[in-house]
Amino acid sequence: MDFISVLSIFVLACFVGYYVVWSVTPALHTPLMSVTNAISSVIVVGALIAAAAGGSPSSKWLGLVAVALASVNIFGGFAVTKRMLSMYKKRERKDA
Amino acid sequence: MPEAAHAQPAWVLLAYLIAGICFILALRGLSSPESSRRGNYTGMLGMAIAVGTTLATHKLASLPEIAAAMLIGGGIGLVTARRIQMTAMPQLVAAFHSLVGMAAVLVGAAAYLNPEAFGIAVRITPIASPSIINIYPVSRIEMGLGVAIGAITFSGSVIAFLKLNGNMSGKPILLPVRHVINLGTLIAIIGLIAYFTQDQAPWVFFTLMGLSFAIGFLLIIPIGGADMPVVISMLNSYSGWAAAAMGFTLHNTAMVITGALVGSSGAILSYIMCAAMNRSFLSVISGGFGGEAVSGGAAAAIDRPYKRGSAEDAAFLMKQAEQVIIVPGYGMAVAQAQHAVREMADLLKKEGVRVKYAIHPVAGRMPGHMNVLLAEANVPYDEVFELEDINSEFAQTDVAYVIGANDVTNPAAKTDKGSPIYGMPVLDVEKARTCLFVKRSMGGVGYAGIDNELFYRDNTMMLLGDAKKMTEEIVKALG
Repeated sequence: MDFISVLSIFVLACFVGYYVVWSVTPALHTPLMSVTNAISSVIVVGALIAAAAGGSPSSKWLGLVAVALASVNIFGGFAVTKRMLSMYKKRERKDA
Repeated sequence: MPEAAHAQPAWVLLAYLIAGICFILALRGLSSPESSRRGNYTGMLGMAIAVGTTLATHKLASLPEIAAAMLIGGGIGLVTARRIQMTAMPQLVAAFHSLVGMAAVLVGAAAYLNPEAFGIAVRITPIASPSIINIYPVSRIEMGLGVAIGAITFSGSVIAFLKLNGNMSGKPILLPVRHVINLGTLIAIIGLIAYFTQDQAPWVFFTLMGLSFAIGFLLIIPIGGADMPVVISMLNSYSGWAAAAMGFTLHNTAMVITGALVGSSGAILSYIMCAAMNRSFLSVISGGFGGEAVSGGAAAAIDRPYKRGSAEDAAFLMKQAEQVIIVPGYGMAVAQAQHAVREMADLLKKEGVRVKYAIHPVAGRMPGHMNVLLAEANVPYDEVFELEDINSEFAQTDVAYVIGANDVTNPAAKTDKGSPIYGMPVLDVEKARTCLFVKRSMGGVGYAGIDNELFYRDNTMMLLGDAKKMTEEIVKALG
């Protein structure tokens, strides 16, 4: 992929992000922050490439530390979001 | 020729695209609580696809080490997520932001040290001399930006964490010529990124990194505790842009899409928070607002008469009411009073009183903070309303129960042009027949450091005491 293709994806994704985020209900803004936190750890992809590659031990170790940090975020972020979302309940319709 | 290094099989590109779409759907799910849970699983699926694809397409010389790193990190993450108290969510989110920032810096550094592994460099071997690894100029800019934003995210989030966690005073720390220092540092960073395209020497790269750490720190220390909702959203946005910049470096669709999503999400949240305080983003970022002893606006009158009530008075008033609106604020979070509040509401409902909750967008320390706490206390989310949806109802309400909120109810925002919070949208609690105001003591003022006219009104009754204890006493009086 050349630079322009990546840029196109980026710009379009910004627009998608803009419309999707405005449709998020304000009550869920905290889970929104924790889930965006989790998904921004997709940076782990870069960390994995560095950790898996040979050729530079220092680069590999930096990559491994980054993998560990991003994993805290991935697992922690999705788990805490799940925990929060499970608390949002509707009123039981017994009272008329 | 240079682009050949980025060539990846079509299925890999598709897999990353699918991961990106999963992330979009994860955010889309948050439009309602019902769909949000499925959305969260979609996000997890996207992450699994991204990680799996990367592992499948690279030589796995160090799989045991990678597995160990993931286990350690994942373990810490899961335990933290399970143990953390809901009132500590703002700190947790700040801590998580700092990790994304640090990961971006580390990945950037790794890419700098081993550019060939990332396919961003070309090896030139002149005759009779050692070969030179030349990183593409475009990649240098992308890498420089990624590292700079990552470093700012990291140091900024660490400060935000320390302030939110109480390890550092929420008071703004103002350096004498901070605007000059900050601007100078920012210009130096941009200059270094530009110079980096000409010279890939280590000193350029690492000076850039150091300066970026420094400015993240400098940018956040002058910002007061109460502006944290904006800061934390802004850092959320930065962590996204850092991921996007690294995505550009790696030509990875999943990272670019995610970065754009997270970046715009944080930006929108910052905008919503600023609008809810009627302040410009620049004035928040330039700092200095908030903390304890900012003078200004209506001079605090110390000896004005006010009505003080007891828990029994409050219980009596609310029992007689047809409708009660509860207005929670940061004080409720600090006192952990959300469960007591729910109990009180349950008892009132048994008496046939209609109970609703009104939430101001900047109540608490992060967007949606109050909603999570109420949800934790099993308050149904359809009893919880946003400012614009409920504000007109206060006039037909018998009792407004304000617990731990101050500035978001201050009528001075509507009338007093000299007030620092003038123009900020506030909850019209003074329109309710009676306003019960739970507050620790008469001395303290809200974050803006201004007195609240509301305390001295005829229809206001002050309930002085700890938010949780006071609410529990009301529960006892109701029971």
